[in-house]
Amino acid sequence: MAEPILKGEYQSEVDRSEPILRAGNTNCGGCGMSVAYNMLSLAAAKHQLQFVIPACCGIVTPGQFPYSAYGAPVVASTFAAAAATASGLAATAQMNGEDTRVVCWAGDGGTYDIGMATVSAAAERNEDILYVCYDNEIYGNTGGQRSSATPLGAATTTTPAGKDIGKKDILAIMAAHRVPYAASISLGHADDAVDKFKKALNMSGFRFLHILAPCPTGWKSEAAEGIGLIRLAVSAGLFQVFEVWDGQRFEISIEPEFSRSALKSYMEKQGRFKEELVDLDAVEQAVRNSWDILSQRAKMSS
Amino acid sequence: MTIQLISANHASAMAATLAGRANRNARGFGGGVYPITPQTECIELLCRQQFDKGSIVRVESEHSAMAVCMGMSVSGARTFTASSSNGLAYMAENVYAAAFSRLPIVMMAVNRTLGPPWNIWVDHGDTLMLRDAGWIQLYCQDNQEVADSIIFSYRLAEDARVLLPAMVCQDAFVLSHTMMETDLPEQEQVDRYLPDLDLPHRVKFDPVMIGGLDFPRETEVHRRQHQEALERVFDVYGECQDEFEEVFGRRPPDPVVPYCMDDAEIAFVSMGTTSSTTDTVVDKLRAEGIRAGSVRVRMYRPFPEKALTEMLANCERVGVLDRDISLGLGGVLWSEVRGCAPRALVQGYMLGLGGGDVRPQHIESLFRELAASSSAAAPKLVEVG
Ligand code: SF4
Repeated sequence: MAEPILKGEYQSEVDRSEPILRAGNTNCGGCGMSVAYNMLSLAAAKHQLQFVIPACCGIVTPGQFPYSAYGAPVVASTFAAAAATASGLAATAQMNGEDTRVVCWAGDGGTYDIGMATVSAAAERNEDILYVCYDNEIYGNTGGQRSSATPLGAATTTTPAGKDIGKKDILAIMAAHRVPYAASISLGHADDAVDKFKKALNMSGFRFLHILAPCPTGWKSEAAEGIGLIRLAVSAGLFQVFEVWDGQRFEISIEPEFSRSALKSYMEKQGRFKEELVDLDAVEQAVRNSWDILSQRAKMSS
Repeated sequence: MTIQLISANHASAMAATLAGRANRNARGFGGGVYPITPQTECIELLCRQQFDKGSIVRVESEHSAMAVCMGMSVSGARTFTASSSNGLAYMAENVYAAAFSRLPIVMMAVNRTLGPPWNIWVDHGDTLMLRDAGWIQLYCQDNQEVADSIIFSYRLAEDARVLLPAMVCQDAFVLSHTMMETDLPEQEQVDRYLPDLDLPHRVKFDPVMIGGLDFPRETEVHRRQHQEALERVFDVYGECQDEFEEVFGRRPPDPVVPYCMDDAEIAFVSMGTTSSTTDTVVDKLRAEGIRAGSVRVRMYRPFPEKALTEMLANCERVGVLDRDISLGLGGVLWSEVRGCAPRALVQGYMLGLGGGDVRPQHIESLFRELAASSSAAAPKLVEVG
C-alpha cells in the first residue's frame, strides 16, 4: 500500500527494489542517517549510484570487510577527502559518457570541519557530485565531541558545560559558492525529503543537501523520538527548510510556526541541552533574526 | 623518437601525457594537480596537453590531488600527479590510502627539503618519509631516466601481480630545472608498451565496499598480501625492462646500479644525482690504482636487499651517502644498507642536506677518510653548504 505521506512514491518506479541501507548495518537504533538513506532509496531507482563516504558513522555502517550492508558500491575516502575522491569518480564517469550519480555521504565533521576546503573546492569547480551532509551536530563516531555544527548550549564530551557559540550556517556557505542546487531536508517531512533527493539526483553539477539527522546516542534522546524532534525543530524555526538555486533564488519549503512550546520541547527531550545553559528568549530572538534574512531573500528572488 | 632539450619537469609531463594517451581506448587518463616549487612546470605543461579521453582536475591541495587520483583510478582511469616536499607531507594520508587500496597511480616527486624554515633545494627526506607507505619508489639520476621511469612505472604498477602505486623521484633543480637531451618516444611505441588498464577491483555498480572496516585479522591478511605484491615486483621489474628494451631500444637501469664494482674493495652507496658525482670520483681513484666502486640504489622500495648484499659481499669498506637525515638516528639509506654488508666496515655520511652543493672533492675526501679508518664511527653529518 502506498503511504499517502509519500505522495505514492513508496513502491513506485523511483523506489529501489533493494534498499541502499540493508540489514546487518551497524547504525544505532533511531539513527537519523538510516532514515535519510531510506528516503534516498525511495528516490533513486532510476539512477546508477556510486557512493564516496569519508571517515564517519556512515563508514562503520556497512560492517566488517569483506561484507557490506550497503546496497550500492561505496568507496571509503580519508576524512577530509570525500569531495575530491568523488571528483575523481565523476571525472572518469564523465569522460566515459556514463550517467553515474556520484554521491558523497558525509557527516558534519567531514563537511563543516575537516572537509571544508575540499567541499568548497569541489563546489567551486562545479563537480558533478551530489553531496549529502547528514548533520548530527557532533563527532558521533568518536563518541560525541563538539564540531562547528554543534548548536549553542549543547553539552558534548569536549564542551561539557555546553557550547558557547552557535553553529556555522552551512547552506549560506554553500549558496555563496553559487552551486546549481543547495537545500536542507526535513526528515520529519518525508515528501520534502524524497522530493529533494529526486530533484538533486536529476540535476547535474554540484548539488548540496543538508540533513539534520537525529542521533539518539549523542543527543541523549529516545531512539523512537528522532523524527518527532526534527518536526519540533522545523516548527520552532530552529531548522530552516529551504532551497537555493545558483546561490540566488531562495525558496522556503516549510514555513515555521515559531512555536515556543516546540522549541522548549525540542530542548527538553534531549539530554544534551541543560535548562540552565540555554536562554530560550535569546534562542528565539536569534531564530527570528535568521528567518527575517531568509524571508527577505526568498521574497527578493520570487 | 624525438630528441628534445628539456627539463626533468617537462620530461615528466610529456611521459605522463604519452602514458595517459595510451589508455584512450580504455577508461582514459587524469589526476588531480596542485603546484609546488620545484614541481610546478611539470603540472603546468600537463595542463596544456590535449587528451581524447582525459581530465586534469586543478584542486585546492596535495591531499585532494591524490584523492582525485584515487577516485579516478578506482573507477578505472590511468592516473598521474606530481608533488614535492611539504606537499608530499600534506598528501601523506592519501599516499598511504592509495597503496592500501592497491591503486596503480604514478606520481612524480621532486625531492626537496622539508620546512619551515623554507628551503626549495634538493633533499631526499621528503620521499623517504613515505618509504613505509607501500609504494614502489624509484630514484633517478638524469632526465632520460625520469621520463623512461614514468612510462616504465605504469607498466610495472598496473601489472596484475603488482597493482601498487609508484613514485618516480628526481632531485630538485639538479634535474627538475636542468635541461638535458631527452629522447621522448613516439605515441605508437608507448601504445605498444602499455596495455589498456583493466583494474580488477574497479568500482562498477555491484554493492562492494572499497576501503571500509578491517579488524586485526583482516589487516594482517591485507598487509601480508601487500608485502607479497612488493616482493613480486623484483621479477615483474625484469620483465618490464625486457619489454621496454624491445620497444624503445634502451634498457631502464636495474634496481641497484653498480659502477666499477667487480673488484671494488671500497664502495660508496647513494641515490639520485649524488651517484653520478660519486662515479666521477671513482674514475679518479681508479686512475690512482685504488679499487673503488659506486653503487646507486635506484629502487628504494621494495628494498633490493638481495642485490645489494651480493654486490657489497667482497667490499671491505662501505660508505653510505645520505642526502637526508632521520633525526635522532642518522641517514635513512645507511640505516638499511648497513644490514647488507655484514663483513664490511660500514660508515654513514649525510651530505648535501638542504641542497648543499655536493662536489667531487667532498666525496673524494670521504673516500680517503674511509680508506684510512679501521672502525666505523657514528654517522657523520658533512657540511658542504
Ligand atoms: S552515533 Fe548517532 S549518527 Fe552515529 S550511528 Fe549512532 S545514532 Fe547514528
